[in-house]
Amino acid sequence: MNKLITSASQKLGLLTAGLVMPFWAMANDMTTKYNLRTPASDIAAELYTLHNFLLVVCLVIFVVVFGVMFYSMWAHRKSRGYKPADFHESHTLEIAWTVVPFLIVVVIGVYATPIVMAQKDTTNADITIKATGYQWKWGYDYLKGEGQGISFLSTLTTPYEQRINQQPKTENYLSEVDNPMVVPVGKKIRVVTTANDVIHAWMVPAFGVKQDAIPGFVRDTWFKAEKVGTYNGHCTELCGKDHAFMPIVVKVVTPEEYTAWVNGQKAKTAQGQASAQLAQAAQ
Amino acid sequence: MSAVLEPQGLAGHDHSHDHDHPHGWRRWVYATNHKDIGTLYLWFSFTMLMIGGVLALGIRAELFKPGLQLIQPELFNQLTTMHGLIMVFGAIMPAFVGFANWMIPLQIGASDMAFARMNNLSFWLLVPAGLLLVASFFVPGGAVAAGWTLYAPLTLQMGIGMDMGIFAMHILGASSIMGSINIITTILNMRAPGMTLMKMPMFVWTWLITAYLLIAVMPVLAGAITMTLTDRHFGTAFFNAAAGGDPVMYQHIFWFFGHPEVYIMILPAFGIVSEIIPTFARKRLFGYSSMVYATASIAILSFVVWAHHMFTTGMPLTGQLFFMYATMLIAVPTGVKIFNWLATMWRGSMTFETPMLFAIGFIVVFTIGGLTGIILSVAPLDIQLHDTYYVVAHFHYVLVAGSLFALFAGVYYWLPKWTGHMYDETLGKVHFWASMIFFNITFFPMHFLGLAGMPRRYADYPMQFADFNMVASVGAFGFGLSQLILLYVVIKCIKGGPKAADNPWQAPEGLEWSVPSPAPFHTFETPPTVK
Repeated sequence: MNKLITSASQKLGLLTAGLVMPFWAMANDMTTKYNLRTPASDIAAELYTLHNFLLVVCLVIFVVVFGVMFYSMWAHRKSRGYKPADFHESHTLEIAWTVVPFLIVVVIGVYATPIVMAQKDTTNADITIKATGYQWKWGYDYLKGEGQGISFLSTLTTPYEQRINQQPKTENYLSEVDNPMVVPVGKKIRVVTTANDVIHAWMVPAFGVKQDAIPGFVRDTWFKAEKVGTYNGHCTELCGKDHAFMPIVVKVVTPEEYTAWVNGQKAKTAQGQASAQLAQAAQ
Repeated sequence: MSAVLEPQGLAGHDHSHDHDHPHGWRRWVYATNHKDIGTLYLWFSFTMLMIGGVLALGIRAELFKPGLQLIQPELFNQLTTMHGLIMVFGAIMPAFVGFANWMIPLQIGASDMAFARMNNLSFWLLVPAGLLLVASFFVPGGAVAAGWTLYAPLTLQMGIGMDMGIFAMHILGASSIMGSINIITTILNMRAPGMTLMKMPMFVWTWLITAYLLIAVMPVLAGAITMTLTDRHFGTAFFNAAAGGDPVMYQHIFWFFGHPEVYIMILPAFGIVSEIIPTFARKRLFGYSSMVYATASIAILSFVVWAHHMFTTGMPLTGQLFFMYATMLIAVPTGVKIFNWLATMWRGSMTFETPMLFAIGFIVVFTIGGLTGIILSVAPLDIQLHDTYYVVAHFHYVLVAGSLFALFAGVYYWLPKWTGHMYDETLGKVHFWASMIFFNITFFPMHFLGLAGMPRRYADYPMQFADFNMVASVGAFGFGLSQLILLYVVIKCIKGGPKAADNPWQAPEGLEWSVPSPAPFHTFETPPTVK
């Protein structure tokens, strides 16, 4: 093995990589444990950055304000013999610390406004899928675009024995379903939400989407997945006893895989219809 | 009351205990004295704090590990709902009313509240309401399990425990409204001569404003839960979508109450902290008039931000933007208050007895809650955080580390006045540090859980959320047990301790410090003159 590594600089490069890797892995792990999910859509990426910006703003405010306060607690204490000063008002200060926070708030508002507008723009979608919340599962109906007409329920598949601690829990515990929503990568997907009974909510954090599913009403949101992969989410509106047991799984595939899946679904439906017709004919 | 003229004197006569009011159980059941009623409120709220706390420990015990170990999901949802209702309506709100009863007449130089008998009713209504809430666990179907926010149409699926809960909330609302009428009338009419509005202590100001908020919004809650009741039993379709109703309308009505409600729970806390910091910094409160205007601004703004709880319901763009801007605006007067407290401390001469520790702890930890509130107010980001543990972290920071710590600060501050004894300072400090440390262990990890996408009101969760849930559960048990220290300190102080001076903290201002400790049964029967 050592014969392959000849120059000192190569050795140094490998050493550095070897030292950095565990920290990088930790940082990534830390990122996913301590922060928003790794973004898989542009909106989610914008939200990730927005959150980082806000965190920095809040941290700076916290450090400055409490730096001053902790200093004061140390320096201006009776046990150090400090004698109290006399002042109790200052119009200048009051104006300053009203105007400056107001300006900070305006900056945040200006930053956030285009993102709100983008999130609300569900026009020109490539595919429209209706997500219906049931107690306690999701139903997906492909309404428009490639795959139109496909319809299925999506139910949690984690075995009950895992829930009651009679079997060890697997990696996708409570985040796995029988029929995930399948979408092609890089296409704008409009998700129309509604519900059959009580209010549910459809969310996929990696895409930065969450939309209440309200019975009797139709709402919408949209996402465009930029990376192939499987992403999960969970119901985020209390909907009864199995609120924690109706996850969302979205499988993002290449356009070719998507077409293949669509054809497969249509074939299954046709087969189902054919079997039903045969069964009826046989009676 | 007696028509006999009382002799002149600053504090009334100590031996009045013997002949002018009942003793034994009648003293408490027929209480009209603001001090006794204040005591009743405080003991009631502490009891409800313990009950609500036990429910929380049930939640955290189940969430210690993934999987369903101890509690079925149906019961779990009852625990989360009742924990919220009991803490908000049974613990925090009555505790502040207890402080109002004890301290407002003392601080404005009045002999009692304006409506002493209605005061009695306001308190005693709480008991059947509390019993209804607790008893609802034991009826078929159990307690209501729709979250303390009681969203329709899930509430239409609940059993009789929900109706008991609605009845209890109506009673609690009536109690609050009557209490608020009493407080406003007392403050506006019974201040000692010379005490103009702008000379009132901040605690009195914050309660004056809070009382107006209560009168404005409790009826709205009553409307929302009455419409729920008629939807459930009398064939109406306000919120039942299947019959043409609008579930989102429930949310609008509820949150129009709900948002001012959270300010109702924090403004008196601001008032308490504004009393304590100047005393222990030995310096006048900085920017008194700014503090008054900031409090009023917060109260007024609180009416126009309610839909920031509804950013994922599908509001039109204009709605999202308006509520985002308005909500972010509330940060400004709140910041003003924090800066004013800081300026009070700055170049003061501070000592750090337990009341000051809790007051300063309040400022630090409440600010953290406020900053996460700003993050949540940014609507696009709220899409990620709504209904996750990030929200749970936020509101526990402002309600527990905010309201509850301020209540603790006030208890330690005014215990000498109430009991005539100094409390055990060492134990008080132990209570403070234990509470601060365990509080943060419990709730800080919840920010991470929320960011990572763990939803609220989940009886069970995917594996990646396990570590922080375990930490939070350990912290919760520590925090709950720490409150037994407070109970011990209070009972020990009531029973005895070093005699407290009239003004044990040498506060330069405050009429309450001009009467003996313990405050005599009747005080300010002749109003003092304030310069």
